[in-house]
Amino acid sequence: MSIKGKVWKYGDDVNTDVIFPGKYTYTITDPKEMALHALEDLDSKFAKEVKKEDIIVAGRNFGCGSSREQAATCLKYAGVGVIVAKSFSRIFFRNAINQGLPLVQCKEAVENISSGETIAIDFEKGELSCKKGVFKFPPLPESVLGILKDGGLIPHIKKILKIEKGE
Amino acid sequence: MGKTFAEKILALKSGKKSVVTGEIVTVSPDIVMSHDNTAAIAKKFKQIGINKVKYPEKIVIPLDHCVPAATEKYAANHKEIREFVQEQKIENFYDINTGVCHQILPEKGHVLPGSLILGADSHTTTYGAFGAFSTGIGRSEVASIWAADEIWLRVPETIKINIEGDIPPGIYPKDIILHIVGDLGADGALYRAVEFSGKVIRKMDISGRMTLCNMAVEMGAKNGYVQPDEKTIEWLSSRTNKKYRVIKSDADAKFEKIINYDISKLEPQIACPHTVDNVRPVSKVVGTKINQALIGTCTNGRIEDLKIASEILKGKRISNKVRLLIFPASMEVYTEAMELGILRELVRSGAVIMNPGCGPCLGAHEGALAPGEVCLSTANRNFKGRMGCKEAEIYLASPATVAVSSLYGEITDVRGNLK
Repeated sequence: MSIKGKVWKYGDDVNTDVIFPGKYTYTITDPKEMALHALEDLDSKFAKEVKKEDIIVAGRNFGCGSSREQAATCLKYAGVGVIVAKSFSRIFFRNAINQGLPLVQCKEAVENISSGETIAIDFEKGELSCKKGVFKFPPLPESVLGILKDGGLIPHIKKILKIEKGE
Repeated sequence: MGKTFAEKILALKSGKKSVVTGEIVTVSPDIVMSHDNTAAIAKKFKQIGINKVKYPEKIVIPLDHCVPAATEKYAANHKEIREFVQEQKIENFYDINTGVCHQILPEKGHVLPGSLILGADSHTTTYGAFGAFSTGIGRSEVASIWAADEIWLRVPETIKINIEGDIPPGIYPKDIILHIVGDLGADGALYRAVEFSGKVIRKMDISGRMTLCNMAVEMGAKNGYVQPDEKTIEWLSSRTNKKYRVIKSDADAKFEKIINYDISKLEPQIACPHTVDNVRPVSKVVGTKINQALIGTCTNGRIEDLKIASEILKGKRISNKVRLLIFPASMEVYTEAMELGILRELVRSGAVIMNPGCGPCLGAHEGALAPGEVCLSTANRNFKGRMGCKEAEIYLASPATVAVSSLYGEITDVRGNLK
């Protein structure tokens, strides 16, 4: 599994309210419509200009705040292929994996990537290549990777329950 | 080597003899909570392809985020939830006349020491005040627990926070937790379990402990925890007769870090726009004009909080430049405040008493802000756009600071205004 895309770079503590405002949490239910509001209160250009497989690169604690899964859903449906950050907030990390949206935690890489450049990520090798070089990142734990490979938690649990039924 | 509370409870709930930090375990929760987001979770649940939830008795569903429904869309959302609750025979459903989830789960006896509670809300950390292990999860995860009764959790390292000293006048649990969040930062306890201890915690009432655990997530913590004591047991005795087992960290448990605070000289604290860790002493922002003041939410909407506010406001009138909104955290709090005459005093001072619920905290309804306006609130988040308007500013402080500031129409140090 690998991905190549253009970078949208942001800072530390990008919170769920600026990713997907609370005022929409119960009024917007279609993921495609959620995507139109992605990062609305942080970068009004993002939702309009983001292309499929673009990559978000950010600082520490990405996705802090609310447990709202739409924060991950809106980015996934906006086309974001992967998020690279120095660290992720706990619930956002789970939500992204559960939506089938891969995450890469790599502090060094973040410090060496500029907005607008094109970077490539090889998940099997655990490598991120950008203008300034190649950076290694640790693989996700097996159980977490399993969810990602199945395309998210719902398809994953479907698979598990069917296996159990078959026994 | 001894074990921490987090290690002990996650071993117990995963059916293992012992676990180590960093290990990923599969656990079965005692309670799983969802609120107005239940309809969206029910849709995900149906996608799995099974019709019945595995254990309806483990599910608790309060409606609180936008109650009563503000628009047709919210109304349709609530309707779907009521139908799902009926279809699945979920008994622990609390309709719009009950209160905020994090207040009513303990009130209704769903929170027990030594229990594992997961909720589709980040402030699920609140129940650690009773010695439960509780943390927030996403919607898909709640759906999958309904279906399979299991979820993975990583065993967290524990940071112990010792709070010592004598609480100075004008300082409340909110000031203490704001100070800690400001000091450690928004990711200061990322993925960590946080255990609050020390003399100040032992003296603190249950309401204050809830405020601390509620905001543990604002420094990235997975859960907050206060070791249960006679106060916990007494509080629970009138709410539940279910049996429970208190789980404590061993005396020789290995903590990742122990952080000590002496609060004897702490000043009133305030989180400034637009992050919760942008904390300063109130004295540094005194005089900042406010348009709206809010007392309530899952952080500070309890009877203790309303009492503090009414004592400050009694016999006085708030500034005509300020709208003061009061949101009791539950109907139980509302009724008690009514019986004690607190609501009457607050209304006489110029406050508007709202119904129990989350109110404008997440920008859904009731008390929205206009561009350029400033709100001083007892809530737990002040992110840009949080209350619905990204050109508005939100400050967070204690109920005392909010009450006294509403008298003057500007941020005011409560210490000069205590009787």
